[in-house]
Amino acid sequence: MTEIIVVTSGKGGVGKTTSSASLAVGLARRGKKVAVIDFDVGLRNLDLIMGCERRVVYDFVNVIQGECTLKQALIKDKRIDTLYVLAASQTRDKDALSKEGVERVLNELAEDGFDYVICDSPAGIEKGAALAMYFADRAVVVVNPEVSSVRDSDRILGLLASKTRRAEQGNAGVEQHLLLTRYNPERVANGDMMGIADVKDILGIEVIGVIPESPGVLTASNAGVPVILDEASDAGQAYADAVARLCGEERPMRFVDAQKKGFLARIFGS
Amino acid sequence: MGLFDFLRARPRNTASVAAERLRIIVQQERAASGRPDYLPLLRRELLEVIRKYVNVDPDAIDIHVEREGDSEVLELSVALPDKPSVDAAAAGRAD
Repeated sequence: MTEIIVVTSGKGGVGKTTSSASLAVGLARRGKKVAVIDFDVGLRNLDLIMGCERRVVYDFVNVIQGECTLKQALIKDKRIDTLYVLAASQTRDKDALSKEGVERVLNELAEDGFDYVICDSPAGIEKGAALAMYFADRAVVVVNPEVSSVRDSDRILGLLASKTRRAEQGNAGVEQHLLLTRYNPERVANGDMMGIADVKDILGIEVIGVIPESPGVLTASNAGVPVILDEASDAGQAYADAVARLCGEERPMRFVDAQKKGFLARIFGS
Repeated sequence: MGLFDFLRARPRNTASVAAERLRIIVQQERAASGRPDYLPLLRRELLEVIRKYVNVDPDAIDIHVEREGDSEVLELSVALPDKPSVDAAAAGRAD
């Protein structure tokens, strides 16, 4: 059985591609066969985050339009044997995607024995985002603890509940998870940032992971190495926990409490 | 936080302000989604008609569309003022 997971958010810049890359690597590292697809036609970036930008020959749109085979377009990851990347087209626009074309590619991936297909959605609620979510079995909604991101996520949750194949077929619907990113425990403790409980309460769905705001995310993207592979970074470890929870394991939330300040720091400020 | 920070006025807890604002807007938007687009207009026109006869409050009309199985039910409730006097109706007509 192939499970299709969409990583979506509505709002841009919250960490969809970073999360797609790390979740895909995390699942593949557990021995699963994983394909991660960039649905952001015209604004391709997953290839950069995955570090395979110079190996893109054919893309998702080429496959959909029959200009190459799926095998030719899938880029095999150099670090993990069971991980493949399907890049978005950089030159076409989103109309190059069609529901039938996307379905055909997903079916072919299922026939090839993929365990997971991660669909990295573009921002917004237009065609690319709509197609990224349409065939999903599960959704990871990436949200920052910030007003516009939370509101947009609620819009996306509404669409997941109505504009997906599962919703139309009337069976269970798309299983939804929240992934909080750019979480800053110190600011939450100071009352400057909404906490996990607030976001969970407002949106009404379970939290599958909390990724702390971390310098590791930028350094990882600079190097084209998904941050989950940086095992020294808190963000990398938090992504590994999220992947474990996606696989049904229970893990306590880490990196969600503010560090206690030392005596000197408290007196002199920091 | 330094030694003299306590002298500064403590700013309002903005996170709880954000959470409260979001609770309200998200609830409103969830209620609005899936509802037919004409409901706000229908509500306003009904209010105008009713106010020709009874001087009701602008918030007195409640419209809901509920799904019961295959059928949809348009539910309309109007809260009339305590004393629907002739004066009020006359005043409404004078508007």
